[in-house]
Amino acid sequence: METLINEIEPQTTANTLLQGLGNALENEAIYIFREVVAQFEKPVLLFSGGKDSITLVRLAQKAFWPAKIPFPLMHIDTGHNFPETIAFRDKLVKELDVELIVRNVQDSIDQGKVIEETGKYASRNMLQTTTLLDAIEEFKFDACIGGARRDEEKARAKERIFSVRDDFGQWDEKNQRPELFDMLNGTIEIGQNVRVFPISNWTELDVWSYIQKEDIEIPSIYFAHKRNIFLRDGLIWSAEDDVVFRAEDEVIEERWVRFRTVGDMSCTAAVLSKADSIDKVVAEIRDSKISERGARIDDKRSEAAMEKRKQQGYF
Amino acid sequence: MNVLKIATAGSVDDGKSTLIGRLLYDTKSLTEDKLEAIKKSSEQRGYDYLDFSLATDGLVAEREQGITIDVAHIYFSTPTKSYIIADTPGHVEYTRNMVTGASTSQVAIILIDARKGVIEQTYRHFFINNLLRVKNIIVAVNKMDLVDYSEDVFNAIKKDFEALNAKSTYGEQIVSYIPVSALKGDNIVDKTDAMSWHSGNTILGHLEELEAQDVYDSGKVRFPVQTVIRPKTDEFHDFRGYAGKITGGSLKVGDAVTVLPSLTQSKIKEIFFFDKSYNEAYAGSSVNITLEDDINVTRGDMLVKTDELPKIEKQVTATVCWMDSKNLVPGTKYIVQHNTNRVLSKIDSINSVIATDYTGAQENKNKLSLNEMGEVSIKLSKPIYFDSYADNKSNGAFILIDAQTNTTAGAGFIN
Repeated sequence: METLINEIEPQTTANTLLQGLGNALENEAIYIFREVVAQFEKPVLLFSGGKDSITLVRLAQKAFWPAKIPFPLMHIDTGHNFPETIAFRDKLVKELDVELIVRNVQDSIDQGKVIEETGKYASRNMLQTTTLLDAIEEFKFDACIGGARRDEEKARAKERIFSVRDDFGQWDEKNQRPELFDMLNGTIEIGQNVRVFPISNWTELDVWSYIQKEDIEIPSIYFAHKRNIFLRDGLIWSAEDDVVFRAEDEVIEERWVRFRTVGDMSCTAAVLSKADSIDKVVAEIRDSKISERGARIDDKRSEAAMEKRKQQGYF
Repeated sequence: MNVLKIATAGSVDDGKSTLIGRLLYDTKSLTEDKLEAIKKSSEQRGYDYLDFSLATDGLVAEREQGITIDVAHIYFSTPTKSYIIADTPGHVEYTRNMVTGASTSQVAIILIDARKGVIEQTYRHFFINNLLRVKNIIVAVNKMDLVDYSEDVFNAIKKDFEALNAKSTYGEQIVSYIPVSALKGDNIVDKTDAMSWHSGNTILGHLEELEAQDVYDSGKVRFPVQTVIRPKTDEFHDFRGYAGKITGGSLKVGDAVTVLPSLTQSKIKEIFFFDKSYNEAYAGSSVNITLEDDINVTRGDMLVKTDELPKIEKQVTATVCWMDSKNLVPGTKYIVQHNTNRVLSKIDSINSVIATDYTGAQENKNKLSLNEMGEVSIKLSKPIYFDSYADNKSNGAFILIDAQTNTTAGAGFIN
């Protein structure tokens, strides 16, 4: 796979026509990135190391070439990341020569701002919100660019591309600004900030197809590999680390699996898969009968789980 | 892949969400876990059938009340096309959401309850789609199962709608009529024996035949500059690129262009998309353009072909759709955002309040309230460079931003 930095030297492709419509989603995302830089003073890209944020990075590169990406990346580290994701993150940042800010959920726990969940379904996913809001305040970020997509979840389907949050990071879902045509209104007061979602209109398959077409490097855990796992509630959990609580009666087996989303390890389940290349992954997603967030335990807590988290300032 | 954008419109209980849920289900776009969640919720509520509206109604209040409050975006695809549906609520107080949905859509599905026929809401939905010049209209006469799949009922509704269509302000609009039952799945994706008298298409069949088009492409190039790209690196020391998305037509290297509002002239030197340069770029492309001459271009400026200048004026008259709870009154100041250009403006006068049910002008109370539309004259502190909305959608529309609350308070369509 090619590196994330493309050749700097422009290659003239004489008489090549560039069709906007065939690439509508990519063009729209680039347009949104440029609006962010034009309308805000201190934007940041929220980088999780997952495929959606990696796609965002590629789009940001395209939006500003030949200039460097004009904002830092920020990773809210739950401390429960897959090691492959962290290694990938550090390599990417070095190649791109952009600033990386890391803020740790562990610090928020140590400061007594949040309390670690306990029990079988303990996760640090909810705790991220506090760390994120503190970091926004620390750096005075006015726009946080995220990789959320409207096809992921019902509450997300209602989110604007420029989504205004108040001083407390809250999303007022019943009082959102209308977004007409492709005009984006990012005017805010001091203390408010905007969450920006350039790939709002992409589906999971769109993201995978783009990764395939652009030959974008992604962490190895997205591809099929042998892993020690155990089953719970019909989901497949990694048993190779002590992040996910495992009861004594939950038996470890070795299986071929891959991850469809790469979030906090404590709430990200694997899927059985032999798809060890991007082509096979795209084919698998195309035929999949389970949604992407079907393997995210955090959404299953209740029917309104995502909406509630968003109101509190979650991504 | 081509993307077709659709907006839906209908009154409360017309079955809009059910229709969308059915489209998703019948195109196998609902995954097993989502379907399982719908089954579970339907059973909990004691329904005899699967309530597909649960697939789209995302907010807690919506599920409690069984209505759609906010615009939801729903995605599905077939082997030939990707579809994005803006599911917009039908209540009278949520007109702003419908305008929002229609602003980017090429197709509108207007739902009519077969038992109720064409009602006042239908007038409004059609009016908005006329005003926003949505090219394709599908009139879906729903709940046909509740009128015994009667061809007579369908034809009577069709006749009523045709009478409405005769009042349309947008002559090139294409209206199609389809009898459906979203609940039973009749004529949504699959044809039904229950209505063998209907020789036309199903909803999906009709959508599949439409060609995805850029709703903004008027043929004339308008290039609003979003930001100036200056790498300030050794390698690109003097590089000065203008980043933006082309709307309408195409731009070629060597084209004579005029920069607005300065009216400075130059020629296109290079057109980049990422790190590749192109000789020509079409509408919809987010490119980075350099000019032959070293001239001053900033965000909010617009590049156009020198022989295709738009109007440049400090006064506009527009149909305004008001979206704020604070009334629009003459003498107040708002920020006009027109493409990437922002100009302080003053409301000169409200010339008329337009009845959205085709009965003409309403009594002019010299104000516009939430969800009202009217013809408004606006004075601008600096000129904007525009076309009429009828000629050019992207360059004929603007939004009004309240300088105190920062909210998007209204949308305007320039006459």
